[in-house]
Amino acid sequence: MAHYELDARRMFCPMPVIRTQDKISELAVGDTLEVVSTDPGALNDIPAWSRINGHKILATRDAGDEVFVTIEICAEQ
Amino acid sequence: MSQRKAVALISGGLDSLLAARVMLEQGIHVEGINFFTGFCVEGHTHAIRKKDKDKPKRNNALWSAEQLGIKLHIIDIVEEYKDVLLNPKHGYGANMNPCLDCKIFMVNKARQWAEENGFDFIITGEVVGQRPMSQRKDTMPVVSRESGADDRLLRPLCAKNLPETLPEKAGWVDRDRLYDFSGRNRKPQMALAAQFGFEDYAKPAGGCCFLTDENYSAKLVDLWDARGNREYEMDDIMLLKVGRHIRPAPHFKLIIGREDGENKFLQGYRNNYISFKTLSHPGPLTLLDGVASDEDLQLAAQITARFSQGKNADTVTIEARRTNGETVTLEVKPMSPGSIQPEWYV
Repeated sequence: MAHYELDARRMFCPMPVIRTQDKISELAVGDTLEVVSTDPGALNDIPAWSRINGHKILATRDAGDEVFVTIEICAEQ
Repeated sequence: MSQRKAVALISGGLDSLLAARVMLEQGIHVEGINFFTGFCVEGHTHAIRKKDKDKPKRNNALWSAEQLGIKLHIIDIVEEYKDVLLNPKHGYGANMNPCLDCKIFMVNKARQWAEENGFDFIITGEVVGQRPMSQRKDTMPVVSRESGADDRLLRPLCAKNLPETLPEKAGWVDRDRLYDFSGRNRKPQMALAAQFGFEDYAKPAGGCCFLTDENYSAKLVDLWDARGNREYEMDDIMLLKVGRHIRPAPHFKLIIGREDGENKFLQGYRNNYISFKTLSHPGPLTLLDGVASDEDLQLAAQITARFSQGKNADTVTIEARRTNGETVTLEVKPMSPGSIQPEWYV
């Protein structure tokens, strides 16, 4: 189990989701991933993508100019 | 018999939502696929502009998948899509929209995905007669044929108007429980949405692609004309969605932020373009796309001043910044409204 970070700044919907999806495809069940994005829509889209693909959202944070989403990988890709 | 699997093209609109739901009703395992071309209307401008702050910041394809309880695979096709846009075999629609080639391309990609992932057929939310180019009775077989999907492409909302497909012939799907929608009337879809309990679905006024938009297409053509070639990068097509675009001379164009959100967005490009910001008055951030002499910088500064709160002042102080970070301060008289030629607006 390892923790990873993904920089999805200066990308707009749906690129942060696509980058998250691609990164998670390389990770193992139990790993965690924190995504940082400058698109406020990522705060909805990444959790939505995670829910429908069976992953768990551990935390979301809106820091004004940036948003953070932390995901635990729960399903085999 | 094992459960059959269909991959559904999910745009985020009502039709693809309904088509997928109709298949789920028949016990088919459905997963969604959504293609990002770079021209999708989703999200970008909502994220940038304050005037759109009230709109829900959601990706409608993801929302659809969540409503359906299916997985969604979002595929980045920005690079591959260039050839579709630049060389459409079937030509363009009213603007720069290569709708028929686009649909063929996407169904072909979905077919490849289906083969690689062990799926039996492909579904779309297409309706005969709904779109003037890609959804006509004579072009729908073209999509099936040229995508290579052939009779593995099923359109559940209008299947009864079309020849039987493999899923129907093989008994995987009951044709009697498919639909015969046709034309541009949306009432049957809205009734079906109500029947399924779908509310708050996306209702895009001009479709889901910027290429169908007249103004956007004009900016794209202007970009190509000015550069003398039809190449583009992701940043180019993003910037066409933002700000006022004014071309006072063939060799340069100004992109002028219309509000704080756009100014902030344009600021991210200051190392790629010459930029202007007003120092003496609140005003826009302006990017200059092209090459510029000192005279051009002066003109660009005057135009920037025109769109600042100092537009009626005698002089406005503007900082012009080169891409290497060097700056020069200019004192300019804002351009008068009549001096900005209407044909400069792209």
